[in-house]
Amino acid sequence: MSIKIGTKTYADRIQEGIDNTFMRHAVSSAQGRFRTGRLKAAEELGDWEDWRTLGEEIRTHTMENLDYYLYQLSEQVEKRGGTVFFAETAEEANTYVQKVAEEKQARKVVKSKSMVTEEIGLNEALEKSGCEVVESDLGEWILQLDEDPPSHIVTPALHKNKSQIRETFVKKKGYTKTDDPEELAAFAREQLRQDFLEADIGVTGCNFAVAESGTVTLVTNEGNARMVSTLPDTQIAVMGMERIVPTWEELEVLVSLLTRAAVGQKLTSYITSLTGTRLENEVDGPEDFHLVIVDNGRSKILGTEFQSALHCIRCAACINVCPVYRHVGGHSYNSIYPGPIGAVLTPLLDGYEDHKELPYASSLCAACTEACPVKIPLHEHLIRHREIIVEKEQKTTKAERLAMTGFAQWASTPAAYKLSTKMAGTVLKPWTKDGSIKNGPGPMKAWTAARDFPAPAKKSFRTWFDEREKRREKDDRL
Amino acid sequence: MNVSLFITCLCDTFTPDVGKDTVQLLERCGCEVDFPAGQTCCGQPAYNSGYTTQSKQAVKQMITAFEASEYVVGPSGSCVQMVKEYPHILRDEPEWRKRAEHLAGRTYELTQFIVAVLGIDDVHSTFQGTATYHPSCHMTRLLGVKDAPRRLLENVQGLTLINLPQGEDCCGFGGTFAVKNAAISAQMVEEKSCHVTETKAEYLIGGDMGCLMNIGGRLSRNEEDVKVLHIAQVLNSQ
Repeated sequence: MSIKIGTKTYADRIQEGIDNTFMRHAVSSAQGRFRTGRLKAAEELGDWEDWRTLGEEIRTHTMENLDYYLYQLSEQVEKRGGTVFFAETAEEANTYVQKVAEEKQARKVVKSKSMVTEEIGLNEALEKSGCEVVESDLGEWILQLDEDPPSHIVTPALHKNKSQIRETFVKKKGYTKTDDPEELAAFAREQLRQDFLEADIGVTGCNFAVAESGTVTLVTNEGNARMVSTLPDTQIAVMGMERIVPTWEELEVLVSLLTRAAVGQKLTSYITSLTGTRLENEVDGPEDFHLVIVDNGRSKILGTEFQSALHCIRCAACINVCPVYRHVGGHSYNSIYPGPIGAVLTPLLDGYEDHKELPYASSLCAACTEACPVKIPLHEHLIRHREIIVEKEQKTTKAERLAMTGFAQWASTPAAYKLSTKMAGTVLKPWTKDGSIKNGPGPMKAWTAARDFPAPAKKSFRTWFDEREKRREKDDRL
Repeated sequence: MNVSLFITCLCDTFTPDVGKDTVQLLERCGCEVDFPAGQTCCGQPAYNSGYTTQSKQAVKQMITAFEASEYVVGPSGSCVQMVKEYPHILRDEPEWRKRAEHLAGRTYELTQFIVAVLGIDDVHSTFQGTATYHPSCHMTRLLGVKDAPRRLLENVQGLTLINLPQGEDCCGFGGTFAVKNAAISAQMVEEKSCHVTETKAEYLIGGDMGCLMNIGGRLSRNEEDVKVLHIAQVLNSQ
C-alpha cells in the first residue's frame, strides 16, 4: 500500500460511503463512544486547555529543533547498540528493511500496528523479497486477511462488523465457530501466537521516540506489540521523522494527551518503552535493533505555513468528531490518513493531483480544531490548501473562477449589490412557489436537491431602513 | 451608545424581518442604530473557497464602509467571525491590516454585544412556546460565543427551551460546501433536522441565518411544521 488506496473517483467514493448504511452506523456509534470518553477523560484530568497548550508548546519546540533532536536520538540509539537509518523516501526505507531481512535470511516478519509502514508500503516490499508478513493488531490482521485498507488511524477495521469478520476468518483461515466477538478474538489469538513464535523479525511503529535516551515508545491496548518486540531476535522500528520528544518528561505529557484524546483512556493497557539491544550484562532485549526514520515528504513541510500539521500525534480525535467522516467513512478519503488530519496531510505528502478534492471535504465547522490535543488549526490548514488549489495549482473550474470574479465585483460595488437585493425576487420568480424554491436553476440545483430555498424578500432590509430614516427625518421636520 | 448595524447579505436579501428585530432590540437596549449603506457581503464565500484575492475586494469594501463606526454589531456569528479574520487576510498590506484590526476590534455578534458590552442579560421579552436552540459552529468554536445566547433566551418569559441532541454538530451548511459537496451536506442537514424534530419543540432558534436557511429548508422539504426563528426575533418579541 501507499498513501493512496484506490483509483475510484471522488464522487463515486463519497456515494459508496453514503450508501453503506452498516458502515455509517458503526462509525456513528464509535464516534459517540470516543467523543464521550474523550470529554470525560479531559474533565477528569482537569485543566484540559492548559494540557493542550503544553502539548502544543512541546510539539512546536520539537519541530523547531527537529534536526537537533534527531541527531541526539540517533546518537543515543547507536550508543545502546542499535543502528539508525535515515530514509529520505519510502523506497529507501523499504530497501533498507528488505536488506536487513535478507541478511537475517528471514522468512517470517510479525508486525504491530504502524501507519507509517502502511504509508511506505512496507508489507508489499517485504512480500516481494519473499517474506511472509503477519499483522498482529487484531484490526490490522482482519484487514490483511481481507486485503482491505484501514479506514481509521487508531481503529483500522472500524467499518467491518462481526459477521463480515467471521466470514473472512472462515474463508481465509478455516474458522468454524460463531461470530461471537470473544470466540473471534480467541481464534485470532491462537493463530497469532504461532506467528509470534515463528517470526524471525519483529517490526513496530513508534508513537514517540525519546531523544535523550534513544527509546522507542509504543502505546497499545492488545499486548501484541510486546509480543512483536520481545520474541523475535531482530527488531525494526519504523518512525516518521516527526514522532520524537526531547525527554521522558515531555513523553509523559504527550502520552497523557494521546490516550485521552484517542479513546478516552487514562492509560492504554500497555505502554512499552524499548531502548537499544541486549547488552553484555543484560538478560533480555533484541540481538539486533534497527531504527528507520522516514522523511517521505515531511521535511518539505517544515518551515512552511503547514508545519503544525507535523505536530499530529495520530490520536484521531479530529476524525472522531468530524461530521463529514461520519457520513462518508474513511475509505472515501482514498488515503490511509482519513478525516480532517488526512485531508490536511495527504496533499502535503502525496501532492494535489490525486487529492485535490480532500481540502473541500469539510464544512469548516472546526470541530476538529477544537478536539485536537496539540491545537493544530486543522480547518485553517484546509482553507490554506484551497487557496493553493485555486491560486497556485489552478485546479478549479472556469465556471467557479468566473463566479468568484463576479462575486468580488458585486461585493465591492455597493450600487450593484443594492440592485441585486432588489432584483433577486424578480429573477427567481419563475422558480418560486408559495414563498420558496423547490427546484432551483444553475448552482442552486445542488441546494434544492435536498432542501427548499427561501424566496428573496419583496423589500430588502436596506430599503426598509432607508424608508424608515426618511420617515423619521420627515417627522422631525414637522 | 452608537451602533452600526452589519446586516449580512443573507438577512438583507432574504430575512429583512430579522434585521428589523435586530434594530429594534438594540434600540430597546438603549443604542442609537445607524446603517452604513456601503456595506455588502463580508467576503466569506470567496475566502472559504480559497479565492483569497477575490475576497479581499469585499473585505476592503467592508472596512471602508464601517470606518467611522464606534461599534459594529451583526446578527451572525459566522459573518462577525469573518470580520475577525480580516487582519490575517490583509497581513501583507500593512496599511489595510491596521484598518482591519481597528474594525475587528469593534465588531460583535448581536448577543455577545448585548451581554458582554451592554452588560444586559435580560432584554424583557416574552415569547410563548417550546423551542430548541442550534449553537452554530463559527459562533461557538471560532468566535467563542457560547453562553450569551442561552443566557438571554433563558430570561425570555414564556419560553421553554429543550436541549438539542448533538447540538454541537455542524448542520452541513458550510457556505459553498452545501453546493460543492451537496451529497455530504444533504446527509448532515438530514441528521440535524432529525435531531430537531426529536425534541418535539415548536420552534428552532439560531443565531446564524446560513444555518437556519439550511436546516429550515430541510425541515420544510420534509414537511415538518417546526418554525424557524432567528434569536433576534425571539428577543424582540413582547
